[in-house]
Amino acid sequence: MSVPVSPPPRRNPVARTGMPALLSAQRSRATHGLTAAAAQGLFCLQVCSDCGTRQYPPREACSHCLSAKLPFRDVDRAGVVVVDTTIRIAGEIYFRERTPWRIGTVQLDCGPIVIAHLHGDVSQGSRIRMELLTDKAGAPAMFAMPAVNTPAMQDDRQYREFTCDPKFRRVLVTDGRTEIGQALVRALSDAGARKVFVGIANPWKPFAGKQSLARAENVECVQLDVTDTASVVECAAQIGARVDILVNTTEHIRLGGLMDQTGIGIAREALELRSLGLMRLAQSFGPIMRARGADGVDSACAFVNLLAAHALMNWPSYGASSAAEAAALSMSQCLRSELRHGGIRVVNMFVGPLETEWYQNAPPPKVSPATLARAVVQALCSGQEDCFVGEVARDLRARLAANPKALERELGAA
Amino acid sequence: MTDLLEFAAAIAAGTIRVVDLTQTLTPEFPVLALPPEFGQCAPFRMETVSRYDARGPAWYWNNISLNEHTGTHFDAPIHWISGRDLPANAVDTIPVQNFVAPAVVIDCAAQSAADADFLLTITDIQDWEATHGRIPARSWCLLRTDWSRRDAVDYANLRDDGAHTPGPAPEAVRFLVEQRDVLGFGTETIGTDAGQAHLFNPPFPAHFYMHGRGRYGLQCLTNLDQLPAVGAVIFAAPLKIRGGSGSPLRVIALVPGT
Repeated sequence: MSVPVSPPPRRNPVARTGMPALLSAQRSRATHGLTAAAAQGLFCLQVCSDCGTRQYPPREACSHCLSAKLPFRDVDRAGVVVVDTTIRIAGEIYFRERTPWRIGTVQLDCGPIVIAHLHGDVSQGSRIRMELLTDKAGAPAMFAMPAVNTPAMQDDRQYREFTCDPKFRRVLVTDGRTEIGQALVRALSDAGARKVFVGIANPWKPFAGKQSLARAENVECVQLDVTDTASVVECAAQIGARVDILVNTTEHIRLGGLMDQTGIGIAREALELRSLGLMRLAQSFGPIMRARGADGVDSACAFVNLLAAHALMNWPSYGASSAAEAAALSMSQCLRSELRHGGIRVVNMFVGPLETEWYQNAPPPKVSPATLARAVVQALCSGQEDCFVGEVARDLRARLAANPKALERELGAA
Repeated sequence: MTDLLEFAAAIAAGTIRVVDLTQTLTPEFPVLALPPEFGQCAPFRMETVSRYDARGPAWYWNNISLNEHTGTHFDAPIHWISGRDLPANAVDTIPVQNFVAPAVVIDCAAQSAADADFLLTITDIQDWEATHGRIPARSWCLLRTDWSRRDAVDYANLRDDGAHTPGPAPEAVRFLVEQRDVLGFGTETIGTDAGQAHLFNPPFPAHFYMHGRGRYGLQCLTNLDQLPAVGAVIFAAPLKIRGGSGSPLRVIALVPGT
């Protein structure tokens, strides 16, 4: 069984914090088919459209029939470890710092033999369940998990390198005034976060749930208004070095398109909060997190954005809000590239209408704040970086992939 | 003819005290809270343009943004629907001599401390006049509540049924406008009206009656405790915003030395 991860020891305050070692993330275009699957927690391989061969590693042509028709498809994750190896001396700096490191050759039931990182509970002959994860540099990697869950398997030292498990980590939830923010606080506490900082803007304005936040253990309210640069700078100065996971829970969803609104006031508020707010968080918290990407058990590891799924394609009923979400999405992509240098993952959670007041008249199915919060924890624990929560978001994702123009027309007709 | 140089000398000598009645503009300072589906009053925000850095090596300056009604501010008649059709009703067209005027201060700090919903009545005004004399025409009437000394939570004093802050009763506002011909009404609270004034008839009477008769408002004032009941002159000139409904401003009181 895995050795349960221990709470991090108190740091020596004058010891140097090691720099995050960089892995090479350069991969072929074909290999990024695996990246796409890994980002969403899927397990896909190239499956030849002509002969059906499942192929690994990805190539430009089928190794069996030379066909170029090689779409990535979901395949069976099961397999068996053929041989395991412990690396004691590694070439890459990242692995030199982490030896001994176990890898193995795995025969997948669906055909290919792959080289994979091994969970501590699997060894030669073990039945495994293969996961496709992204490493600290964002490149796809095979990780062989026990076929049957084992105690404390999440705590496996190697596995934790690929996940952003909140256990023993300290989290900042940027807006605790909302149901979503408060659901996140609960879910992250339940997931073992050592501390949850909760941003509160305009503390002079009362809000529902204030008392229970104040009473919750390991929860600390901090003054934070992401529309105010000085507030974000001050908050980062106070707690920035203790934020291992940042979850940006600000929300600004309003009915209305462009022409049917009077003026740009509401849209400006949305952009201030959602996109420029993200940029302020990135500028103040990002550099500190990036420097702490290899800082032990509670290293900084994730910057999570909650995004309306209509960031991907404008929903004219919520047209201006969709645009603000799209701006936030674009910023998150830039941030992802910037934070990768520290091994910090940017996790984007796409969600359709929520069971919240601003989606009052949106038709079901809607996602409850608690469901979204659980999905965030799940995404962190399983190492995903793009997560589509609820049926509307998943449907939107599928329709976008199939035919973006059709989706534009369909959303415009609704 | 008044000797302005003598006046300036008195200020320099301190025989005329200069009192700042203005709150510092900060991002944290509360603004009027409205239901979120309404347009919102923007709080004060400041973004540095450069600070002796690559953005401007030798100079420091900021872009600021705020509502016309953020922080210590002036309300022009056009701010309210009752004053929308009056002549010279916006900050750029108000006659400039109206920006310098005497002020009377009615001290209701004790009553406001006892009751956050304290309302200034005609009786209170008449009681004040019994001591200090009739309110001179074309004066500012300032309501001292010591509200400016409160922290942000108690200052906004929001509960489930809205804000609880002191202000004038409807009939008191009419009295001040119609019987005393005041230039305007000033408060320490976020608005010239009481926190519960949305329930009054008419709603927000200080706005409705004052602006309906071309009078002005000042809110978020501070240091009113440093003014005499009678005898101060205040300088309150809003920014010259075309068609502006109000403006943040520096309110300065001139107080005769003792």
